[in-house]
Amino acid sequence: MTNPDTTQEILTTADGVPLKVSLKRALRRKKRNSLLLVAPLFLFILLTFLLPITDMLLRSVDNKIVPDLLPRTAPLLAGWDETGQELPGEDIYHAMVEDINEGAATKTILRLGRRLNFERAGMSSVFRKTARKVKGLQQPDSYQAEMLKIDQHWGDINIWRLIKRESGAFTKSHFLSAIDRQTNDDGTIGPKPEYKQIYIKLFGRTLALSLLITVLTILLGYPISYLLATLPTKTSNLLIILVLLPFWTSLLVRTSAWIALLQKEGVINDLLVAVGLIANDHRLAMIHNQIGTVVAMTHILLPFMVLPLFSVMKTIPPSYMRAARSLGATRFTAFVRIYVPNSIPGIGAGAILVFIMAIGYYITPELVGGTSGTFISNMIAYHIQGSLNWGLGAALGTLLLLLVLALYILYDKIVGIDNLKLG
Amino acid sequence: MNKVMKLMLIAMVMIAFSAGITLAKTELVIVSWGGAYTASQQKAYHDPYMKLHPDIQIINDDSAGSGAAKLRAQVEAGNVTWDLLDALASDAIALCDEGLIEEIDHDKMLAAAPDGTPASKDFGDLIASPCFIPEIVYSIAFAYRKDKFDTPPTTLADVFDLKKFPGKRALEKKPVANLEWALIADGVDPAKVYDVLGTPEGIDRAFKKLGTIKDSVIWWSKGAQPPQLLADGEVTIASAYNGRHFNAIVAEKQPIEMLWDWQHLDLDGWVVPKGAPHKKEIMEYLKFATDTQRLADQAKFISYGPARISSAPLVGKHAEFGIDMKPHMPTAPENMKHVILKDHVWWGDHEVELTERFNAWLTK
Amino acid sequence: MAALPPYATLGERIWHYSYLAICGLIFLFLIFPILVIIPLSFNASPYFSFTPEMLTFDPAGYSLRWYHDFITNPNWQGAVRNSFIIAIFSTIISTFLGTLAALGLSRSNFPFRTTVMGILLSPMVVPFIISAAGMFFFYSRINLQGTYTGVILAHAALATPFVVITVTATLVGFDRSLTRSAASLGASPARVFFRITVPLITPGVISGALFAFVTSFDEVVVILFVGSYKQRTIPWQMFSGIREQISPTILAVATILILISILLLASVEILRRRNERLRGITST
Repeated sequence: MTNPDTTQEILTTADGVPLKVSLKRALRRKKRNSLLLVAPLFLFILLTFLLPITDMLLRSVDNKIVPDLLPRTAPLLAGWDETGQELPGEDIYHAMVEDINEGAATKTILRLGRRLNFERAGMSSVFRKTARKVKGLQQPDSYQAEMLKIDQHWGDINIWRLIKRESGAFTKSHFLSAIDRQTNDDGTIGPKPEYKQIYIKLFGRTLALSLLITVLTILLGYPISYLLATLPTKTSNLLIILVLLPFWTSLLVRTSAWIALLQKEGVINDLLVAVGLIANDHRLAMIHNQIGTVVAMTHILLPFMVLPLFSVMKTIPPSYMRAARSLGATRFTAFVRIYVPNSIPGIGAGAILVFIMAIGYYITPELVGGTSGTFISNMIAYHIQGSLNWGLGAALGTLLLLLVLALYILYDKIVGIDNLKLG
Repeated sequence: MNKVMKLMLIAMVMIAFSAGITLAKTELVIVSWGGAYTASQQKAYHDPYMKLHPDIQIINDDSAGSGAAKLRAQVEAGNVTWDLLDALASDAIALCDEGLIEEIDHDKMLAAAPDGTPASKDFGDLIASPCFIPEIVYSIAFAYRKDKFDTPPTTLADVFDLKKFPGKRALEKKPVANLEWALIADGVDPAKVYDVLGTPEGIDRAFKKLGTIKDSVIWWSKGAQPPQLLADGEVTIASAYNGRHFNAIVAEKQPIEMLWDWQHLDLDGWVVPKGAPHKKEIMEYLKFATDTQRLADQAKFISYGPARISSAPLVGKHAEFGIDMKPHMPTAPENMKHVILKDHVWWGDHEVELTERFNAWLTK
Repeated sequence: MAALPPYATLGERIWHYSYLAICGLIFLFLIFPILVIIPLSFNASPYFSFTPEMLTFDPAGYSLRWYHDFITNPNWQGAVRNSFIIAIFSTIISTFLGTLAALGLSRSNFPFRTTVMGILLSPMVVPFIISAAGMFFFYSRINLQGTYTGVILAHAALATPFVVITVTATLVGFDRSLTRSAASLGASPARVFFRITVPLITPGVISGALFAFVTSFDEVVVILFVGSYKQRTIPWQMFSGIREQISPTILAVATILILISILLLASVEILRRRNERLRGITST
């Protein structure tokens, strides 16, 4: 640019490349570099986290075990009319005998029995009984008659309807169970019998208790956040340690602390007895019920309300309140009309954060919730480690995940994920 | 920063070394129920075996409670890390049917009784499945706080009588045993319990009876909880594995007394996972750990009945407290006046359905 | 709020002091459960409440037996060792990957920034029980269930969001003219990175690493599913302890953990203040 004559020509860098091209290249390189920096973590999260989650989602509809273990019967059943009143034909009974025979030899047929037993009690033993006796069948006149002799259930058309319904590689039955519904024998979808309905109620309880905990953290968090935000920095820096220490303390430490405090022979009951408020043989039951879950979780999640609330309140200039008061508002009016609306973003951020964390909680309800204070998470854990109904556990997990993702998007809209702050 | 990094590196190297040192021996991973029960196996089986075989290191894994689930996941992945699993007879039947555990030739693989009776005869009809090596007979039975009642409860009906015997109850958070008890307490002929329970009306009746005490029940899910609940005074009557009650009464000297009426007898034993990493070593261990003397030895530490007929006469005194163990066994004649023998096959078919209903009933 | 003006009315005074009292009670609610554990852990008897001897400060009411049990019990020894192995390795992985990603994300023209950020932060938002269930199924399938590698990878995945967030936060106030002027003065890109960028982001990286460490050190749900007894950590042992045989040893462990968290809290605070000082932000 030192030579005024060159201004008409295309700007070039020292080595003669046009400046525009060079700049574009530099920008592209920069972009590539930043992508390269992010790529390792992206791949890592994909492999160690997102793939497992996807795997679980697929498991909630996966039903390969049935067509895999009934390779002869499943295709034949497609041609059978389950809406009529006729049992399947001889060819299907024959195919079933062969499939069971093969499954008995490889000891896999009972896995099928277990799968179908989740749909209808007793299927497990139908297959067990049949697998034991079917070996001896050598070219009988009628496979149907022989199978009915082994177990009369094979003459029940509803069992065949069930097998046909579940003979595909995918099933919707786990999701139906997860919302207390089932496929009836006539193929329609309806509610489960009342005495078996549980999950809708449990989802409802999870949401209700989480909401209660969120409200409690707002009620307890607001006054102290306000105090912290309006105190001189030196004092508030000291007091905030009282919020940060619980935040940094292990979840299990805090849960066991509440067990020590709340149980029948615990500190609080001892204190109440010593003061004379309750009689020794009328100690309060504050644990292994909803009280235990709500109290312990409110304590554990309170810092997650105070910290965002505090950081929003700090940004509200004190002059707002002073201006309102000088214009004639009372302390109360100024607070309600000026301060509270300004602190709403903090309440929103804290509330969604607490609510998201609460609905997925497992450890604390498991340890202090008894039966009335457990959440849907506890049921998911039970189906994975206890009942072994993995499909149903995965379906419940998928529903919970969708719920959390919806809240996450809401949080992103209101607060922005980037604005998440820690400590 | 540099200093911190260096310190971290040194720490890591040290930890890696200390982790490496323990790998020199062959490690057998044995999965059991934890607590006093694993402790009794440690003293009666593991410790003497490791003394005889210094190259073997036995690792206790306390996850038998979710053993079937974890074993299924391991077999499905083809990555079995367990060598031996302690399982209930009903679980063993299901796992064996599904081909997840090894079949056992009891006479060939296990030691005969001292008098030469082959193992299969010595265990008798306790071999619930060809994959199952019986270990103990245990029961779920009641116990109560002596100091809370003027006249102590003596029958199953008393457990359901909140007026005469006030206070909370602790019951296992499972339909098993509770439904049978409810029916018997409601007057069903004990011999026909499973027939009645097989009908919809019978199930309704059982739940209705359980419902009469439901508001006063604390449900437990881990074996150690009920004695703790009794000791803490949270409940006045609790069902529990009889060995856990025994431990609270004898070792912890709690004011607790057994109520054996209609105890629910069940079987527990060993199963070998298919694809266990040290099959040869574990079979050798089993031959030792399930012989007549070892099974009788376990009864020195915990009050479960040994599964071999030949072990019964060898049951002696408690290793630490010196009391005679025989009257504390669920199989002692005076405790056997009223018993429910768990029908493993029946429960194998109905557990899923009844558990589903039981869980729904609990949230009502 | 700090002090009442001299002209405050009686009603205002009463309100002011009752407000302070309410705040005091809430602070008590926050801190009391944690503090109450400490004396209880020195209980000579196996109970979770204060015995008469303890209340009269009789030395016989206090003992170190639960600490002794913690130190000598092989279950706890293994748990302590595993906790450190797993936390250290997962911290190294997550800090390395998280810092790189934060550096990339902080460049102004990163494409699809919000989406990528959302994916990278997802392990923090998905409930642990769902992560645990998914990992249990998937890691079983690829032979990682019940291995140290599996648990370390799982914990690293859960911890990276915290590293990304803290390092990104440090980079928000990052003055780009510093690197540019260094470059214009002739420093090579590597030199700029190590002499300018690294010292500036170090506090963020260390506090990110601390968060990652704590995430792994405290984590109990995922390890219950992905780990086996061999990988048992302190929280695993505490969880099964509370469910199995609740003994005051757990309170002794809890007391030690409280001391550790005080140390962690102090170091994070020191780092935060150093960061603000370095970036010329005066503490408000």
